[in-house]
Amino acid sequence: MGTTSHLNQPNQAADQLLRVDDISLRFGGVNVLANVSTSVAEGEIFAIIGPNGAGKTCLLNCINRFYQPVSGRIYFEGRDITPLRPHQIPELGIARTFQNVELFKGMTVIDNIKLGRHVHLDTGLIAAGCYFGKARKTELALRKEIEERIIDLLEIEHIRKKRVGALPYGLQKRVELARALAMKPKLLLLDEPVTGMNLEETEDIARFILDIHDEWGVTIVLIEHDMGVVMDISDRVCVLDFGVKIAEGSPDDVRHNEQVIKAYLGEQDLTYSRLGA
Amino acid sequence: MRCGDFRESYLEDEKIFQSTFVKVWLVILLVGLVTLPLFANDYVMYVANQIGFAVIAAVGLNLLTGCTGQISLGHAAFIGVGGYATAVLITRFGIPFWFALPLAGLISAGVGMVIGIPSLRVKGLYLCIATLAAQFILEYVFINWEGVTQGIRGINVPPPRIGSFVFATEKSFYYLTLVVVVAAVGFARNILRTKWGRAFVAIRDRDLAAEMMGIDLFRHKLIAFALSSFYAGVAGGLWVSFMKIVTPEHFPFSRSIEYLAMIIVGGLGSVLGSIFGAIFMVLVPELLNVATGSLKGFFPNLTQIFIPMKEVIFGFLIVGFLIFEPHGLAEIWHRIKNFFSLWPFSY
Ligand SMILES: Nc1ncnc2c1ncn2[C@@H]1O[C@H](COP(=O)(O)OP(=O)(O)O)[C@@H](O)[C@H]1O
Ligand SMILES: [Mg+2]
Repeated sequence: MGTTSHLNQPNQAADQLLRVDDISLRFGGVNVLANVSTSVAEGEIFAIIGPNGAGKTCLLNCINRFYQPVSGRIYFEGRDITPLRPHQIPELGIARTFQNVELFKGMTVIDNIKLGRHVHLDTGLIAAGCYFGKARKTELALRKEIEERIIDLLEIEHIRKKRVGALPYGLQKRVELARALAMKPKLLLLDEPVTGMNLEETEDIARFILDIHDEWGVTIVLIEHDMGVVMDISDRVCVLDFGVKIAEGSPDDVRHNEQVIKAYLGEQDLTYSRLGA
Repeated sequence: MRCGDFRESYLEDEKIFQSTFVKVWLVILLVGLVTLPLFANDYVMYVANQIGFAVIAAVGLNLLTGCTGQISLGHAAFIGVGGYATAVLITRFGIPFWFALPLAGLISAGVGMVIGIPSLRVKGLYLCIATLAAQFILEYVFINWEGVTQGIRGINVPPPRIGSFVFATEKSFYYLTLVVVVAAVGFARNILRTKWGRAFVAIRDRDLAAEMMGIDLFRHKLIAFALSSFYAGVAGGLWVSFMKIVTPEHFPFSRSIEYLAMIIVGGLGSVLGSIFGAIFMVLVPELLNVATGSLKGFFPNLTQIFIPMKEVIFGFLIVGFLIFEPHGLAEIWHRIKNFFSLWPFSY
């Protein structure tokens, strides 16, 4: 692979927003990721696909430092972020959603979304308790921005005051996307955003992702099983199988790649037929 | 006029007091609280002060346990730290009450932070045990650090004064308590509608996700411990200044449990709930006292039964609330409020 020759030059290509360099991850002797390298250019929609258990979620968990790879490095905007802790990642402009929705169930939709902004708010504890002047202005401005830019975009006005725990799954996924947007992301990591949704919901989400990408200029890394969505919206696709990257390229290249077809054949006819469709 | 959940503007719901209904009641309540000493006797004012101290401490505990999800079995001990700190600062160092009280809050906050350190590694039951240990260690210190605490004899605390005015009576002290209660409640309500409150609740609901949203778990847990102990410390300082003495038996383990009961009965995570819970837990035993006292006259030979009966009824009331309204008194209040604020336009 070409990437290994650039190992010592983290700053090589300026348009590379994210670079994953030769990372391996192990759980109890099992290689979940084996020497995976890839990079995402600024402004791209980059899809990661692969059978269940291929290590896609683990790759995202390594990127936002939730998992510690046994070897390899991760660069964001040319900076080595491997030594950082998970809570230091959002500040850099990396936001994510989760395969199994990870919202705060006891909080309202609007509070969940506001929470996304946490690291960008600098209200001190005492200022917050007095809620006067700047502290108050900050909260009101945040509310206004969320209402006008995020809630409008994702069409969730009707649920903003509801407790998240009481919402149906499809809406929860949407709220999670809203929360990620509130994090002011440069890079948005989406783990299976349309899984478990019906056709209409899927189309909505795909449209939202494109809107976010076009209007906000956010770079997107997306794990998805729905090949229709992947082929439609992504610029490049990376294929993982048993923790190994087996292909990377344009959707068309990947679709006709023999190894990819084999990996999917081995799993399920259904997935294969969706891939072929 | 309000119609259901409809809001003219979303900025409306950033306000704490949204409806005229709430505002009107708040004014009535405040007027009632301010004029209370005019027509209440010393016993009522004594109880009112006790409720005030309990409200401050319960709001603090609710920030930690109800909002951040860190159960503390040592709240009474933190109240004790504040009480002793106030007493020592005033009597040994000659610091006036007005500076001693916030300083005592800070000292208590510092101790609370130390006790909160295990929360980095342990959660749930294990953290409970750590705070339980704190309770007993601090109780031990209160009794045995004679040089500072004067052991079981305790320390006499002079009442606060401004110039020549001394807050020595139940009625005068009541106004002091009222001011601190209003400030403490307002501060907590505000905290909860800013990034801090959201972070606390996020840690309670799903700590790993909170971390991935950029919340430094350890730092925020420590701050929650500090904040909660600060409230406890201030409550303790006020309390001992009111009682004019501080002794170790003011802060037993059972009192820590009482505070937990307050926030559970009132409503976990709700400032209003802390207030209701504190009122309930202070007032009901007093009312039962009065009731059994007057019944004694009619059934002089049943006196033996009344005293244990009091405890039993109190216990049943708590359990009853938990069964019939697990979200606490605050939830009952919300239902009443919603009913009346829409009434008679509830379409
Ligand atoms: N925390 C963990 N501990 C042990 N094994 C894990 C853990 N997380 C993931 N795995 C394993 O790693 C492999 C890849 O998982 P994952 O990345 O979730 O796959 P997917 O590609 O479906 O998202 C699976 O075999 C899974 O069982
Ligand atoms: Mg996955």
